[in-house]
Amino acid sequence: MRPSPRWLVALPLLLAFALGGCADDGGSGGGVQSVKLSTIRGRDKLVCGVDGKLPGFSFLGPDGTYSGLDADTCRAVAAAVLGDPAKVEYRDLNSSERFAALASGEVDMLARNTTLTLSRDSAGGNGISFGPTTFYDGQGVMVPVASGVQSLKDLDGKPICVESGTTTELNLADRMREQSIDYTPLKFQTGDQTYAAYLGGRCVAVTSDRSQLAAKRSSFPKPDEHTLLPVVMSKEPLTPASINGDPAWADALRWTVYALFQAEELGITQANVAAKVAEAEANTNQADLRRFLGVEGDFGKQLGLPADFVPKTIAAVGNYGEMFERNVGTGSPLKLERAENRLWTEGGLIYSPPFR
Amino acid sequence: MRPARAAPGSIQRSWAHALRQELFGSPADSLISVLLISTIIAAAFSLVRWALGQAQWAVIQANTTLFAVGRYPVQQQWRLWLLLVLVAALSGLSWGLLRAYPRADRSGQLWPFNDRLAVGLLGFLAAWLPAALALGFPLQWRWCGITALLVAMRWLAGHWGRSWPPGLVKLIPVIWPLLYLFGMVLIAGGLGLPRVSPSEWGGLLLTLLMASFAILLSFPIGVVVALGRRSQLPLLRWSSVLYIEFIRGAPLITLLFLGQNILGYMLPGGWAPDRVWRAAWVLTFFCGAYLAEAVRAGLSAVPPGQLEAARSLGLTMPQALQRVVLPQALRIALPAAVGQFISLLQDTTLLSLIGLLDLLGTARTVMANPEFLGKNAEVYLTLAVLFWCCCAALGLGSRALERRLDPTHSPA
Repeated sequence: MRPSPRWLVALPLLLAFALGGCADDGGSGGGVQSVKLSTIRGRDKLVCGVDGKLPGFSFLGPDGTYSGLDADTCRAVAAAVLGDPAKVEYRDLNSSERFAALASGEVDMLARNTTLTLSRDSAGGNGISFGPTTFYDGQGVMVPVASGVQSLKDLDGKPICVESGTTTELNLADRMREQSIDYTPLKFQTGDQTYAAYLGGRCVAVTSDRSQLAAKRSSFPKPDEHTLLPVVMSKEPLTPASINGDPAWADALRWTVYALFQAEELGITQANVAAKVAEAEANTNQADLRRFLGVEGDFGKQLGLPADFVPKTIAAVGNYGEMFERNVGTGSPLKLERAENRLWTEGGLIYSPPFR
Repeated sequence: MRPARAAPGSIQRSWAHALRQELFGSPADSLISVLLISTIIAAAFSLVRWALGQAQWAVIQANTTLFAVGRYPVQQQWRLWLLLVLVAALSGLSWGLLRAYPRADRSGQLWPFNDRLAVGLLGFLAAWLPAALALGFPLQWRWCGITALLVAMRWLAGHWGRSWPPGLVKLIPVIWPLLYLFGMVLIAGGLGLPRVSPSEWGGLLLTLLMASFAILLSFPIGVVVALGRRSQLPLLRWSSVLYIEFIRGAPLITLLFLGQNILGYMLPGGWAPDRVWRAAWVLTFFCGAYLAEAVRAGLSAVPPGQLEAARSLGLTMPQALQRVVLPQALRIALPAAVGQFISLLQDTTLLSLIGLLDLLGTARTVMANPEFLGKNAEVYLTLAVLFWCCCAALGLGSRALERRLDPTHSPA
């Protein structure tokens, strides 16, 4: 791998084009043409890009397995495509290389707390294809319970700790100016310094993404003495993504995530999914349930997935509500409220289009 | 320390005397000494109090396997234990033989003070480390067994090494590279063993593997490129210069990113080597360029008369280089080269920035586990101690090698 002259570099490039050209007629999964799907099946492994160092979203447990909401998304897709949630190869990616890794085919999909934005979605921008949002995050504010602060208005004239040079800092300034609240920003270079200053009492409040505030709070000596204000200062829809240009693969990813939402809506859980399948098989009047669980119809085939991809997915990771509770919800150390991540039937934003 | 002036024989008194001279020679000396000593004691005291009282070491205890080998599959970990046994046995053997065959001009002692210190340290580690890490009984037992094997081999070879057939003794330097190759097979799979993907290697295993791979392969690269840079052939000279200047002109992290991201575009899917190997090769070529400069400095330091004399004696150019110039040049380049190796070992932490789970990467993902949030100090301190041990071992080894190669060094 010596730095080779340019013509040497061009040689494999030419080869890549030549081979890339004939790769298209290789893939066919259940009548659906998708290079990615057939690549994943051929390799018998889903390569999933994660952060790997984000509490509640993806991290390594002591036994060497990945846990977290993002890791569970990878697992769900592997269960849907390959029938086995264990067939995932995780790639830790940092934020600067994640899109390059997706574009070069290093990873099949991203579940790496990536905010869906116009420039990332558009063909003229990063040109990646987003699935359904799995976590609606947003910038929040944490205060000590003892301070009695209830809303942004109560922070008038008070110092607020913020990491400098981030969008967090800009969002804070924007929101406060809109509401003409006077405040003193205390800026710090790193997250550690910011929270140390907050804990040291140098400011009444600290601001960051809500999921990160919750994670930090769980590491405080007395987490119960701090609370998140019910304000959201920015929109951060964290969304799994795949590469543009393979619509069948993007659809498979999209509807696997929707299946997680739909399962919660229908009350199908990891524990009762087998019973529900048996119920659907026995009762021909349950047309919706039969179609959703793949007992009837050909939804799986239309997506290029096995007919039973929904029960396989639910059996692997549970429905969306279970995933949330296990990783970031009130049952986990992060203790996040569902808030806008509730189902639409309960006033949240989690909504699956009909499985028809 | 100044040589003691007290009468020989009363070593203790002379030692105390020298200390008083050094630390409390004048009022100003005394003041500085008292200030420094009290600062050091205060810092050490608060560190010990924190480590024993406040620190919660469960984060290390629970993640021992992760720190040691990363996500290496549990069913295959016996392969790593086997490798450890082989390395321990061969280390003991080599250590003992080095003592059994001291250089002719040195007085050889079988158990000098340093060796006893080393054995004591090993024994302490074998007893204390498993207990401190709260390892299970089988692991404790294995740990002690491996240490015992090492010491036993050293003792056997030290006592009876001289009576072994010389062919066997000469074999030892050949066995090490063979063991390295066999170790790679054990780690990665092959020869009937199931394959373990490099993405599952991690922790100390990955760090040591990356560092040793780069160190071993960069050495021949460095020598060849250094010779190339001094060569009379313009093509060879200019390509060597180009290589060295290209690598030295870019920060390592840039080259690592280049290796990770650009290769994916250049090669068709599945053709590019695994990202772990890509990083290993980048490290190797990076280290090779710097090593070439160290070796070139060594080559420049050898008087040109040496080569001319060798040539006029009728040696061919390769013979002259191999037998006259390179041995002298490499001996001169050794300290600089070891410095480069130590910084390479530390540079492997950059792998965590490209998403590999080396020691630092493992540490960062462990600190993201909601169970262990906020335990940064414990994790980073452990990492610092681990790195210090590895670097100190490299440094000590190189000093021993320097002394053994030094033709003018007086017998120890």
